[in-house]
Amino acid sequence: MVDTILPLNVKNATVKKRDKRIIGPINIQISTKGFTIIMGPNGSGKTTLLRLLHGFENPCGGILNWNSDVESVQQNQSFVFQTPIMLRRTAIENVTYPLSLRGIPKDTALKIAKEWISKINLDHLCNTNARFLSGGEKQKLAIARALITKPQLLFLDEPTANLDGSATKEIEKLLQEAHNAGTRIIMTTHDIGQGKRLADDLIFLYRGTIHESGKAKDFYKKPETQEARAFLNGDILE
Amino acid sequence: MNDIVEGMLSAFRLIFSLDRDLFEIILLSLQVTLTAVIIASIIGMPMGAWLAVNRFKFRRFTIAILNALMGLPPVVVGLIVYIMLSRSGPFGVLNLLFTPTAMVIAQVIIITPLIASISHQAIRDLWADYHDLLISLNTTKRQRILTLIKDARRSLLTGSLAGFGRAIGEVGAIMIVGGNIDHLTRVLTTAIALETGKGEFAFALALGFILIALAIIVNLAIHTISKTERASNW
Repeated sequence: MVDTILPLNVKNATVKKRDKRIIGPINIQISTKGFTIIMGPNGSGKTTLLRLLHGFENPCGGILNWNSDVESVQQNQSFVFQTPIMLRRTAIENVTYPLSLRGIPKDTALKIAKEWISKINLDHLCNTNARFLSGGEKQKLAIARALITKPQLLFLDEPTANLDGSATKEIEKLLQEAHNAGTRIIMTTHDIGQGKRLADDLIFLYRGTIHESGKAKDFYKKPETQEARAFLNGDILE
Repeated sequence: MNDIVEGMLSAFRLIFSLDRDLFEIILLSLQVTLTAVIIASIIGMPMGAWLAVNRFKFRRFTIAILNALMGLPPVVVGLIVYIMLSRSGPFGVLNLLFTPTAMVIAQVIIITPLIASISHQAIRDLWADYHDLLISLNTTKRQRILTLIKDARRSLLTGSLAGFGRAIGEVGAIMIVGGNIDHLTRVLTTAIALETGKGEFAFALALGFILIALAIIVNLAIHTISKTERASNW
């Protein structure tokens, strides 16, 4: 049994690129359960914050305190990108890939992958080269690939940004199921409606700093900052 | 022009006469070249992949040297291998000079930089695509290299075929280290050089056409076996 890697405490974390501050100082606690949405206008630092939490970005100041050792943290989280990165392999091979990295026997990996492929309704495309799938199919495949190792924590960077309504609905259903099964989810979006549909907690970012953080329903009901109110009203934030 | 036509006709006559000496030369050409390509691919592909995924102090310099080595003069390689394998050389005791093994060694040295450089370029592009995913999946360097080699296999095949093309047509180095000995180290290119020297242009051309045909057949065979250029693989 793997110890839980959460909660995560982020204290005064700052990310800079070429001496320019991108985000920070960030102070948040990621609790063990829930569905957190990171919201904000374009360029507010949502993706950078997600990448910081996942370990893609190193903070130039501050610390990230996990409830576990580095190896456990790396093994128990997955990341889904805005533009899905597909291996030049078939759909089923893409899904089995993380299992093969962990040394799981081919037969077992294939069996688990087939269950996931069925779950995302892509049985008929099992042996199709993943690069030929539609945007929605690729994203479902990317989510299945991210969830197949049963991570405790799943990061998603605007997974439905380029998708139509029906594909978005399917992705949201998949994420709700993962959330109900106990996966901690942190996702960025600038879709106000999506935040309302999915979020337990919400972090509102503006110009690289957290302007609001708390329960999603409170944020939607009574945003505390002027920027959050403007964002929810659909005003253009500069 | 007559020589060319006569050469083509001679090539057909030679093939259909099932000349035993000719088939011996063709077989040795293929044996030496394919062995060299396999060894050079085993060395060059992981080398190219390693260069693509690693960042180190003299990386640019190493890549520049590798690219420069693609143009290694075969005669110089042949001369160096000759000195190394000759009785007074450090590997003289192995008695490899004027054997097919010496020819393979020379060809491996000539084509490894070519295969490594093409592999590096193919894998570097794929690494740019895969970078975030493979980092996110917490892969080890070995896993990254193996994944990239597997998924770039069609581009890597092009590198191996380029190596094959260079090796099968190579004459300078293998002439020096092989000695063009009849029934032992004579291959198509050295036989062409010999026949040209004797003034047998039509026969030399016939061997030349066979050499070209052989290169085309091997390329086609490898493309067919590896299922490249099929619509489903585009």
